Amino acid sequence: MSWNSATEFFAMGGYAFYVWGSFGIAAILMAGEMLLVRARRRAAFLELGREIVARRAGGR
Amino acid sequence: MSGINWFRFSSPQSFYPLAAKMIPWFSALAVVFGVIGLYISFFVAPTDAQQGEAYRIIFVHVPASWMSMFLYLVMAFWAAVGMAMNTRLAGMMASAIAPTGAMFAFLSLWTGSLWGKPMWGTWWVWDARLTSELILFFLYLGFIALQSAIDDPRRADRAGALLAIVGVINIPIIYFSVQWWNTLHQGASVSLTRAPSMAKTMLLGMLLMALAFWMYSIAVSLSRARAIILERERHTVWVEELSELNQ
Repeated sequence: MSWNSATEFFAMGGYAFYVWGSFGIAAILMAGEMLLVRARRRAAFLELGREIVARRAGGR
Repeated sequence: MSGINWFRFSSPQSFYPLAAKMIPWFSALAVVFGVIGLYISFFVAPTDAQQGEAYRIIFVHVPASWMSMFLYLVMAFWAAVGMAMNTRLAGMMASAIAPTGAMFAFLSLWTGSLWGKPMWGTWWVWDARLTSELILFFLYLGFIALQSAIDDPRRADRAGALLAIVGVINIPIIYFSVQWWNTLHQGASVSLTRAPSMAKTMLLGMLLMALAFWMYSIAVSLSRARAIILERERHTVWVEELSELNQ
């Protein structure tokens, strides 16, 4: 283990901006992608529901 | 004929519930590999003698770069299968992988830039490795843009497939760029032909992070494939029945 304290850990030997900037963006991008996929799935279900209602109203 | 079985499993209708069963497993694996990988990356792997703590960017940079190249090959494979066999699902798989591949290509460029600044003194250079990875990112964006510009999904699949297949030439260019040209970028961290040039714990951390990214890619691509199936198959009876169950 290279760290004696939490402060030292977060300082990353003076490279905090670069190291946390890399890992941080990775986390944000992955979380964002999962949210986008979820939103896309919801939108697809909404559209599907609308079309089914419209189809039934029109008697197919 | 054995072909009957094959087509049954390649139909969106049977793939849709199958993917739903697979997603939790791959998500769980991604979390497990990710937690152990991060632990090793930050608490087990030693400080680098030359680069200090900045080298820890390797644990996200190299796996992201690998995934960006590997996912492109998988995407092109499905695109080619879709073209050759004219199956619906193969094209959907290619479309489902593209955004994840683009994300990893961007992540590779971003983390590389954040690593380059403290080590080389510059965010960016137009050298072979960096430029070919940037082209990979644009290939993904081009594939996505081309597909979304064509309304008919089957024609969009074919046009995208052509772009994806031609673009495969870029993958060996990225991979061998550090050998073929003089570049600021360091050589391969891991090679099949020689012993790794790094501490064992560093290598282990990198491999675990790569596995985590890999499992994540499978889980998120499968989820996206399910959304694409809903979008494209919404006029079919089986999707209509499915939506009744879900709502």
